[in-house]
Amino acid sequence: MPQASLFRQITDFANRADPYPLYEELRKTPVLHEEDGPYVISSYYDIEALLHDPRISSDATNVAAAGDDELSGPEATGLPPSFIRLDPPEHDRLRRIANSSFGPPHRPRRIENMRGELGEIVTGLIDGFGDARQIDLVDEFAYPFPVTVICRLLGVPREDEPRFRAWVDPIVAGLDPDTRTSAESERTAQEARLQLGMYLNGLVEQRAREPRDDMLSDLVNSRGPDGAMTTMEVLSTSVLLLIAGHETTVNLITNGMLTLLRHPEVLARLRNDPGLSVRIVEELLRYEPPVQIVPQRTCIADIELRGVTIPKGSRIWLMLAAGNRDPERFKDPERFDPDREDIQHLGFGSGIHSCFGAPLARLEAQIALSELARRLENPRLVEDPPPYRQNAVLRGPRHLNIAFDGLR
Amino acid sequence: MAADYMDWLRREGRIVIVGASLAGLRAAETLRAEGFAGELTLIGDEPYEPYDRPPLSKSVLLGMASPHRTELPHRLDIDAKWRLGVPATGLDLTAKRVKLADGDEVQYDRLLIATGVRARPWPKEDEARLTGVCVLRTRDDAADLYQRLKAGPRRVFVIGAGFAGSEIASACREMGIPVTVAERAGAPLVGALGGVIGAVAADLQTEHGVDLRTHVTVTSLEGDSVGRVRAVHLSDESVVEADVVVVSLGSQRNTEWLTGSGLGAGPRGIACDAGCRAFDFRGIVTDDVFVAGDVARSPHALFGYQFLSLEHWGNAVAQAETAAHNMICRGADRRPHLWMPAFWSSMFGVNIKSVGVPPMGDQLMITQGSPAERRFVGVYGYQGRVIAAVSFDNTRWLEFYARQIERGAPFPVEYPTVDRRPENRQPVAADFPDPSLPTHGPTVTLSGYSPADQQLVFHPARH
Repeated sequence: MPQASLFRQITDFANRADPYPLYEELRKTPVLHEEDGPYVISSYYDIEALLHDPRISSDATNVAAAGDDELSGPEATGLPPSFIRLDPPEHDRLRRIANSSFGPPHRPRRIENMRGELGEIVTGLIDGFGDARQIDLVDEFAYPFPVTVICRLLGVPREDEPRFRAWVDPIVAGLDPDTRTSAESERTAQEARLQLGMYLNGLVEQRAREPRDDMLSDLVNSRGPDGAMTTMEVLSTSVLLLIAGHETTVNLITNGMLTLLRHPEVLARLRNDPGLSVRIVEELLRYEPPVQIVPQRTCIADIELRGVTIPKGSRIWLMLAAGNRDPERFKDPERFDPDREDIQHLGFGSGIHSCFGAPLARLEAQIALSELARRLENPRLVEDPPPYRQNAVLRGPRHLNIAFDGLR
Repeated sequence: MAADYMDWLRREGRIVIVGASLAGLRAAETLRAEGFAGELTLIGDEPYEPYDRPPLSKSVLLGMASPHRTELPHRLDIDAKWRLGVPATGLDLTAKRVKLADGDEVQYDRLLIATGVRARPWPKEDEARLTGVCVLRTRDDAADLYQRLKAGPRRVFVIGAGFAGSEIASACREMGIPVTVAERAGAPLVGALGGVIGAVAADLQTEHGVDLRTHVTVTSLEGDSVGRVRAVHLSDESVVEADVVVVSLGSQRNTEWLTGSGLGAGPRGIACDAGCRAFDFRGIVTDDVFVAGDVARSPHALFGYQFLSLEHWGNAVAQAETAAHNMICRGADRRPHLWMPAFWSSMFGVNIKSVGVPPMGDQLMITQGSPAERRFVGVYGYQGRVIAAVSFDNTRWLEFYARQIERGAPFPVEYPTVDRRPENRQPVAADFPDPSLPTHGPTVTLSGYSPADQQLVFHPARH
C-alpha cells in the first residue's frame, strides 16, 4: 500500500494522539508542498519569520481566493470576518478597540484583578468532584472553567452555555482541515456562526441600553480615538472572543494535566511550589501547544524560503507544534522540561496576530494546574493515551479520565 | 604558550571593568557565566550599583517609577570587587594599571572599558549653573528633574528635540505642564530619522500642545536676581519665559581619562575592531584592552564596515557579551560583534522603533500604514539596498525588516505588503541634514575608517 502523503497523515485522525513523529518527519522538508495542498512550514525560525512577514495575508478573502473553501467571504456568513481573519489597517483598528477593554494601557489590571475570581471558580469545580474517585477532567473541569471565565468577562449568561455550545461545536469543527473538505460541514459552520451572532446580538442590544462592567458593554459603547465598532463588528468580535476564549484553554489545561501525569516528578514539585506553574505553563505551550497549526495564511507576493519560491497566491500552513520541537532551535526538544533556560515557543503565535487572550490563558492554566496538583491525592491516568477530539488544529483530548484517592 | 596563558588567565587572572553601568554589569556576568574564575573589579564614578536608564526619561518623570528603584537585575552572582563612586583618571597601557581619582591604582591582565557617555552640558558655564537648568542622563538628574516637574513649573523649556528631549516634552505634556522645545534642525528626531519622519514627529508634538520652535538655536539663558533661570533667548530674537530648562543636546563620550594613554580614544569614542579589542592611536589593535557600550566605536560588516557608535540599550548588552567572551578565549574562538542596531522610544502615546542605521539611508519608502495616521513602517534605502526601517506603533513588523537588512535586500521595496497604501509606491528622499552640521544627538554617528581621525570640525548653522 502506498504511503499516504505526510500532509494527509497529519490531518488523519488516526495520528491525533501523537503527531510528533510526523512533525519530525515533516521538518526534514521544511517547505513541504504536495500536489494542490498548501505550503507546509515546520521549522521554528521559518514560522517565526513568516508570522512577521508583511507579504503574508490573513485576510479571509485572500485566503478564499487561494482556494481555501473554509470561508467564502462576508456574504455567505452574514457576519463580517473577525480581526483574526483581517489584515491591517482593519485588523489593527478592531484589535485596538477590543484591547481597550481587555488590557493595557486602558485596563492594565483587568486580567490580574481576576485572579481571586478565577481561584474561586477553580475551587468550586474541584469541590464539586465530591466523593467521586474518578472524573473526566475535560467535562468536569477543563471545559467548564474557561467557559465560566469567558462568560463572566464578556457578560454572557453562564446558564446559556448549552445553547451556544450547539453553535460553537460546528464552528470549531469547521476549522478542522479534515471536515472542511465537505461543503455540508462548511455550510453548517457558517450557519452556526450566524446563529451565535444573532444570540449575542440580543445581549449586545441590552448592553447598549444598560451598560455593565463587562466586555460586551465596552465593545458596544467603545468611543476611543478609533471610533466605534459597527454592530456587525461587535458581533463578529464577540463570536471570536467567546470561542477563542475557551476552546483553546480547555486543551491547554487538559494537555497540561496529561503531561504532568506522565511526568509525576514535575507534578510533585508543582504540588509543593505553585510558583512553578509559570514555567510549567510556558513549557507546555512549547511542548503541547493547544493550537497546533495556523492554516489561514496566503502569500501576496512570491516568497523565497530555503531555496523554494512560494508563488504569490499560495496557501501556507504554519506548523506551530512542529516548530516548537525544532532541534535547530531547542536543545533536547522532545523532552518536557520546565527548567529549561530559555523557554520560548510559538504557542501563542507571534506578530500582529499573536494570541489576544494570552494573558488570560496563562493565568487560567497556572491556577488550574497548581490547584489540581495541590488538591488531588495521588492522581493517575485511567487510560493513556486518552481519546482525542477530532480537530487537528485545536488538538486535545476529548476525555481525560483521572482516578485519585481523595481531595485535600 | 598562548594556550597556557589563556588557561592561567581564566583561572587566576585579573580583569578590570571601568564603567559600572549596563555594559559593565553584563560583561561581568558573561565573564563568570563563561567560567572566568579570577579576580574581577568593577570601577564606577557614580556611587550606585548599575541601574537602567530608559525609564529615567519616561515613567520616572511621570512619577510612575522611582529613580532610586531602577537597579538592573543581576543574572547571577558575579563575585566582584566594586569600586563605586571613584572615577578612573588614567590608564598606563605598558604597566597595565588603571589610575583612580582617590590615588589608588588597579592592576589588570585584561581591561574592559565601558565608561559610556554623559549629557552634553550647556556650554556657557555661568548660565548652566542657574537654578532650574538641568540635564538628564543619570538617576540623580532624573530625581532632580522629577522634583522640578512635580512642583508644577509655569513652563519647561527643552533645548534639543532628539529622542531624550522629545520624551521629556512628552512627559511634560502628559502632566499638563506647558513646554517649549527648540531645535536647530527643521523638525524633531531629524538626526536619527531624517526630515520626512521628523515632520511626522513635529506634527505629533504640536498636536499634543508642545510649543515647537524649529530652525532656531538658543543664544542665552537669562537668570533672575537670585540665580534662578527665568527666560530663554532664541536666535530669532524671541524670548520665552521658563522656570525649568532642560539641556538635551546629546552626549559626550567619557574618554578624557584616557588622554595621553596611547589608546585610540577621543571625542567620538574608542575605536575597536569587530571583536571589541581597542585600537591604540596608531591604529594597531591591542591584545588586552577591550571596549563595549556607548563609548565604543566598532566596524560593522553589514554596514560597509563603517565604524558605528551606537547609544542603544541592546547594543550595550550585546557588545558587552561579545567583549567578555573574547576577553577570555583564544583567537580562533573569538566572535565579531554583529548586533543589528535597534532602538525604541515612546512619546506622546506613540511607540517608535527602528532597526538598522537610518542615517545611512538616502531614500525612504512607507511600506505599511500611513504617516498621516501616525502608524506606519518606513524603510530606508542606500545604494539599492535596504539599510534600515522605522516604525510608529507598528513594532511587530520590524523583525521582518531586520532580516531584509541582514540579507542585503534590494531597495526600492517593490513587492506588495499588507497595508501598503497606493500613494507609497515610490521612494522619496529621506532628507537627512548635511552631516557636517552639528545636530543635537542623533543616536548613531558614522565616522569613517580611521581610528586616529579624531578631529571635530565645527560648522556654524547655515541659516
